[in-house]
Amino acid sequence: MKFHWSWPLAIAVTMTTAAQAAGNAEHGQELWESRCTGCHSLDTNRVGPKHRGVYGRKAGSIADFAYSPGVKNSPVVWDEKTLDRWLTSPQDFIPGARMGFRVGTAEDRGDIIAYLKKESGK
Amino acid sequence: MSNLIVPAKEIATNRRGFLTGAGQATLSASAVALLVGCESMAAGSGGMAADVSILNVALGLEHEAINAYQIGAESGLLQQPVLNVAVLFQSQHKEHADALMATIRKLGGTPVQAKNKAEYAQALNVSTLKNQTDVLKLAARLERGAANAYLGVIPSFNDKALAQVSGRLAADETMHWTALAGVLNEMLPQKALSFGA
Ligand code: HEC
Repeated sequence: MKFHWSWPLAIAVTMTTAAQAAGNAEHGQELWESRCTGCHSLDTNRVGPKHRGVYGRKAGSIADFAYSPGVKNSPVVWDEKTLDRWLTSPQDFIPGARMGFRVGTAEDRGDIIAYLKKESGK
Repeated sequence: MSNLIVPAKEIATNRRGFLTGAGQATLSASAVALLVGCESMAAGSGGMAADVSILNVALGLEHEAINAYQIGAESGLLQQPVLNVAVLFQSQHKEHADALMATIRKLGGTPVQAKNKAEYAQALNVSTLKNQTDVLKLAARLERGAANAYLGVIPSFNDKALAQVSGRLAADETMHWTALAGVLNEMLPQKALSFGA
């Protein structure tokens, strides 16, 4: 079998795609700490609700957090897809949501979601 | 660090009190400046409720910052000149809160109230703070978070004047973070564009 110049490239591309699909939780943690902790903590409610366990939980379901009616009554369950849409533009995804914070790039969203998933024991 | 310090008294005299016809509330000079910047916001324009809710979340963040600095200042863990800097930064967070409250009222909203100090102390886990460095690290973390929060909400504002206000608030928080990182001898970011969404 002869070596073709495009193989390393193809392998690199495959690896990047795989990494993106899974999301890099380590980078996600860095992003979460700098981007989200102004309002969220893992284990206490602050301006925003606590994040541990958020992956797999129904939106608006922390009992002692005062959600907007929009989020409180939303049937959304937080998974890769719904979190991606939320972080793209929360108020477009769930009308009446109070969080306006957006994460602009898909890769960063994927990494943050991977971190949230890990911290939720999923 | 000493060149960063402005005595609290001086800050107080620099702040001019204004009486507004509407709320009879005293507004700081910066609050008035923000309002002037927002004259274009005609009441009733679309998306305003969403903008008000973002401003109210920001106000919640400022309430938390004011209380965090209060807890830090009262902890007995801060020495001069750091204590003076903490008081200065707290006064700026108070000006932010004043400005946000005035803007929220102007848009017909109701500003969120601060919680009590004990609730902030618990939510921020302050019982783990043992020395000045711990307090400054918490402050730096909150300031960086606030800077990023203000940057990350910019694209969600319907009103561009409010988006600009958010940028100005982010700049103040970045300034606070930079000063705190300096005291903590922390490395500055090696890459550009380390802030933001
Ligand atoms: C400016 C403050 C702020 C920032 C920054 C922020 N959030 Fe939020 N977040 C909120 C608020 C407020 C709510 C509650 C929204 C409501 O009730 O309408 C919320 C709710 C959420 C929820 C729904 C939780 C639940 O229990 O249903 C998720 C998920 C979330 N945020 C993720 C994030 C992530 C991830 C980041 C960082 C990339 C982030 N947020 C940054 C303020 C913020």
